[in-house]
Amino acid sequence: MPEVTLVEAVRMALDHAMEEDERVVILGEDVGLDGGVFRATDGLIQRYGSDRVLDTPLSEAVIAGVAVGAATQDLRPVAEIQFMGFLYPAIDQIVNHAGRLRTRTRGRLTCPMVLRAPYGGGIHAPEHHSESVEAMLTHIPGIRVVIPSSPAKAYGLLLASIRNPDPVVFLEPKRLYRTGKQQVEDDGAALPLDRAFVEREGSDLTLISWGAMMKETLAAADALAQDDVQAEVLDLATLKPLDQATILASVEKTGRAVIVHEAALTGGYGGEIAARIAEHGLLSLVAPVKRVAGYDTVMPLPKLEHHYLPSVGRIVRAARQAMEYA
Amino acid sequence: MKTKAFTADISHFRYLANDGTAGTGLPAFTAEPAALIPLYKAMVLTRVVDERAVAMQRTGRLGTYASALGQEAVGVGTASAMRADDVLVPGFRDQGAQVWRGVSIVEHLSYWGGSERGSDYAGPRQDLPVSIPVGTNFPHAAGAALAFKRRGEDRAAVVMAGDGATSKGDFYESMNIAGVWKLPVVFVINNNQWAISVPRAEQTAAETLAQKAIAAGIPGEQVDGNDVIAVRDRVEAALVRARAGEGPTLIEAITYRLGDHTTADDASRYREDDAVRAHWKEEPLARLRTYLAAQKVWDKAKEEKLLADCRARVDAAVEEFEALEPEPLAAVFDHTYAELPADVAAQRAAALAEAEA
Repeated sequence: MPEVTLVEAVRMALDHAMEEDERVVILGEDVGLDGGVFRATDGLIQRYGSDRVLDTPLSEAVIAGVAVGAATQDLRPVAEIQFMGFLYPAIDQIVNHAGRLRTRTRGRLTCPMVLRAPYGGGIHAPEHHSESVEAMLTHIPGIRVVIPSSPAKAYGLLLASIRNPDPVVFLEPKRLYRTGKQQVEDDGAALPLDRAFVEREGSDLTLISWGAMMKETLAAADALAQDDVQAEVLDLATLKPLDQATILASVEKTGRAVIVHEAALTGGYGGEIAARIAEHGLLSLVAPVKRVAGYDTVMPLPKLEHHYLPSVGRIVRAARQAMEYA
Repeated sequence: MKTKAFTADISHFRYLANDGTAGTGLPAFTAEPAALIPLYKAMVLTRVVDERAVAMQRTGRLGTYASALGQEAVGVGTASAMRADDVLVPGFRDQGAQVWRGVSIVEHLSYWGGSERGSDYAGPRQDLPVSIPVGTNFPHAAGAALAFKRRGEDRAAVVMAGDGATSKGDFYESMNIAGVWKLPVVFVINNNQWAISVPRAEQTAAETLAQKAIAAGIPGEQVDGNDVIAVRDRVEAALVRARAGEGPTLIEAITYRLGDHTTADDASRYREDDAVRAHWKEEPLARLRTYLAAQKVWDKAKEEKLLADCRARVDAAVEEFEALEPEPLAAVFDHTYAELPADVAAQRAAALAEAEA
């Protein structure tokens, strides 16, 4: 079984999807001979040709819009937006068309497309390259929002996203692209697009996160264990649809929830999770729900970004505060 | 040293003058004048549909409606140049093209009457529904054309939008990508001189809209949008290019919006009636009717019969439309995803339970 990084797992899933379904095409900026700025499409143009791996002009609205049009006519486009900070022109297409087509034609036309974008900070990238605005996307009806946190999840979730008959925004934690390897079998096995992963079982409190912040969240669970606090750790992986049942089951067991995300606090997806717990699980809580998140500030440039990104220490402190309630 | 790096010309095409007289060199499809009668009938039907739809809106039987009054030749000319298996990517004033391609009047009324079912076309299954956000449909045509090209199909996509849409980045970006990839697309701009209240001259300093193609490296041309023969001829020529793998074309069809922007608009706030009246002399139906009469293939009796037929068709469609039961509450949910996720399914169940309580 090959040991691969997260970005290699993305490439492996793309390769597998193109091999199994000739309707799959890749389009985006520099996805051809360059193999994508993070090399997620490395080698695919050599393998599948320039009529299936398409370098686009520098035009995010059109990358998304062309994918929508192609998807209505039985292609399975996988479009890449180079960085999440450049995704905004594509949101027009996602909101107004991709998410609506099935509804507005009563299923006559559909939009089976995937829009991939690396997201988040921590790689000392230039301004506008480190955003984490998944909550803007989770608000859009008719789409799915998926964020893997490991090579195996990237492989299985991306395959599932490409095979899914509806539009999926697939956000890749670029901070984790090359930080660790994992054995991933290229067996074409997909992961479900509506299940959270229980990454670690525990009985004292529930740590809930996704994507890049899973690293710090799991490290926080390790630190807490040394104080004999057993944290259960959930990786949501599919933000939309949200696997509410797994969250509620865990909170019912632990009575405490700490939500961790790198996006700004206000309007962040942590608010949605806290609301779901309040609506459906309030009576199992013994402590207020805590959110550890980015600040309501502009994402700092690299010199200060480490102050912005939630640290293991901040997560541990929030967990300890939750543990103060008996 | 200064040298000339690039020059370009923009052509303008017209066969029928305002008074219905024809110039020379008419396209081959006009050789038998009777062959033009279906175009005329479709334009008249479009106008009758629009008249009725506006009247229905005024009496609360239809939602906000965008009439194509005076621009019927753009829609009918464009669609009549297409093949059935091409794909139309329409804007919201392109009912002339849609009805030609087989969108039923009932579907059309149903959509503007406020039901998504109206976009579930029984006829042109692969055509896109109308695009309400202006110009956001341009890239869809490029995407559809990409699919055709990828599969080696002999098909093309035709996208329609108004003059205002040419100010959007989507317009240029879509022509640009279609040009680079030599996609089988035809961009048809219904230049009716008005984007709600903003006149063409305030939309862009460019002398023509057709010249915007030049920056994308694709051919652009003007056509008299009130001359259905010219519209059909130029869209046909563009489709021939597209099918031959020569890439996209931009066609600026110059016409005039004789009505309000929509029924929610009052054009008297921003334009003079006199100017509008002057443009009635150029409108497309009278022009073709005069030509057909001069060719001895049309007369008053035929005209009266056509109007009666169109009205009867529209009467029947209105009756069918008004008899449609609204979809059930579940329809709000049922097409959001191929398979409803658990949380949306829970919302659906709660809404249904609440409705029954």
